[in-house]
Amino acid sequence: MSERITKNMARNIYFGGGLFAILIFTGLTFDTVKQIPKLSHDDKITESVALGKKVWENNNCVGCHTIMGEGAYYAPELGNSFQRLGGGDEEVFKTYLAGWMAAQPLDTPNRRKMPQFHLTPEQVNNLADFLIWTSRVNNQEWPPNIKG
Amino acid sequence: MKYSSQMVAKPYFIFALILLAGEIVFGLAMGTQYLYGDFLFPAIPFNVLRMVHTNLLIVLLLFGFMGATYYLIPEESERELWSPMLAKLTFWIFAAAGVATILGYLFVPYATLSASLANSFWPTMGREFLEQPTLTKVGIVVVVLSYILNVTMTVITGRKTTISVILLTGLFGLAFFFLFAFYVPQNLAMDKFFWWFVVHLWVEGTWELILGALLAFVLIKTTGVDREHIDKWLYLIIAMTLISGLAGTGHHFFYIGTPGYWLWIGSIASAAEPIPFFLMILFAYNMAKNRRIQHDNKIALTWAKGTAVMGFLGAGVWGFLHTLAPVNYYTHGTQLTAAHGHLAFFGAYVMICFTMISYAMPILRGRPHGNGPKSQKVELASFWMMVLGMIGLTLALTVAGIMQIEMQRLPDAAHAVGFMETQAAISKVYMVRLAFGVMVLLGLLTYFYSFFVKEEKVYA
Repeated sequence: MSERITKNMARNIYFGGGLFAILIFTGLTFDTVKQIPKLSHDDKITESVALGKKVWENNNCVGCHTIMGEGAYYAPELGNSFQRLGGGDEEVFKTYLAGWMAAQPLDTPNRRKMPQFHLTPEQVNNLADFLIWTSRVNNQEWPPNIKG
Repeated sequence: MKYSSQMVAKPYFIFALILLAGEIVFGLAMGTQYLYGDFLFPAIPFNVLRMVHTNLLIVLLLFGFMGATYYLIPEESERELWSPMLAKLTFWIFAAAGVATILGYLFVPYATLSASLANSFWPTMGREFLEQPTLTKVGIVVVVLSYILNVTMTVITGRKTTISVILLTGLFGLAFFFLFAFYVPQNLAMDKFFWWFVVHLWVEGTWELILGALLAFVLIKTTGVDREHIDKWLYLIIAMTLISGLAGTGHHFFYIGTPGYWLWIGSIASAAEPIPFFLMILFAYNMAKNRRIQHDNKIALTWAKGTAVMGFLGAGVWGFLHTLAPVNYYTHGTQLTAAHGHLAFFGAYVMICFTMISYAMPILRGRPHGNGPKSQKVELASFWMMVLGMIGLTLALTVAGIMQIEMQRLPDAAHAVGFMETQAAISKVYMVRLAFGVMVLLGLLTYFYSFFVKEEKVYA
């Protein structure tokens, strides 16, 4: 194959193909940016949800957990934690999360440990709101089942 | 060595190798914590270990690329580096900032770091691989810009070759896409979408241009094949990189709140992503077969061929395994992703650094024909230890991933096993993974030893 292709042809494939790929990708990017607010219910991002995202980031939660499948694989998926741990009930989930965060690290020998983050009740509430919002993002019905 | 300014590459290479040793040690610590949760806890929790592990990788590759560039560019441009002083200065700034950041990770709670002045002014922390404090990110931008300035000035005032122009294109791309690290929208879905503009478009886009250029350079030097031929291959490889890799970003946009058309576009485009890596294998083996010279530095060519093969396996084959949306629905965020990540980063990017170092370091140390046969023999042993160690580690993670998918993902909600129980059931496989990790570290130590092998003097 390579014998029939000259250097000039190869260069043209690079410039032509590269430009074509950039244009397609840029076009799709604009469309995606337009669609994400609706798919993710952007209007439901309250101040508490936004603060919860900050709590999530400032404590590097993604260093152990996945959220919508992205992150580290040391600890459970949290994108659907609202359904899995709270049964889809906001009060139940918030009570559960407050208790869980307070109880860390668990005393089971050699179980993978979650650090104590010393979050205020306000921060735990924000975090819960962020996780509840995340669980409602339309992400093609992923994960396959409740176990995450 | 043709130009004395190529010497600035040396500290970059040495520091990259030191960081690699650190990366592997932290990897082993994580592998141990996977099995024994109390290991190092609470002194260094898993998220800190992982952040150090992955950030060391990123920084070591940047050091490797920089060293490689500073070695290659004067020779390609047929002139001294524009400013060797600047290159030396940025080495120390980057090294100091890197070490300070890692020490910060280890000794300061992350929440304290993220409350620091620069980050509260412009928050960018707490995202996978981009955990660096905002101040460090700004530092990276400054260092990379000064590096690009240095390389650009050298290239435009000297001879322009296909290799140097493509390398420079890759570097500009690297700098451009890093800017998305400073954009952290409130909306998590939007955040994730643009996060990939750094991560994917580095690893499966601009870095492949850099990889292709470095590979082409070493092949020219060790095989003596003429440029016309090498350049043609290089253009074909990077053409396929862009054609498959840009829209291929879509394989990350399946399940994060992005539109459904990415399921199709991402699957189709990324199914072509193994092609540039396959071309690299054809490229390396073809050039080696048609070589015009017998370079005494045989091990450098071994590394070059190894990079092509391992890059194809790790990025190409292991990537393809889970790149189609219906498959990825079950594999997304499992140990299979980790398997692919490990072999791809090692095979393509760590190994291209080894290739450049193996070719250039002997020359920088006054041995234009490469290290002596004894040293090369030791290096060959280290090559196989690291390569087989990484393959073993990847196979173990693949088995772990398949078990995880079988237990946790495939069954319906009533029969699926929870995350922690699944992990406990996989623990024996994690033991195997750890053992292969030790083998990789021993391989790296053997590699270090090859620098100090004394050759017997031959008296004529």
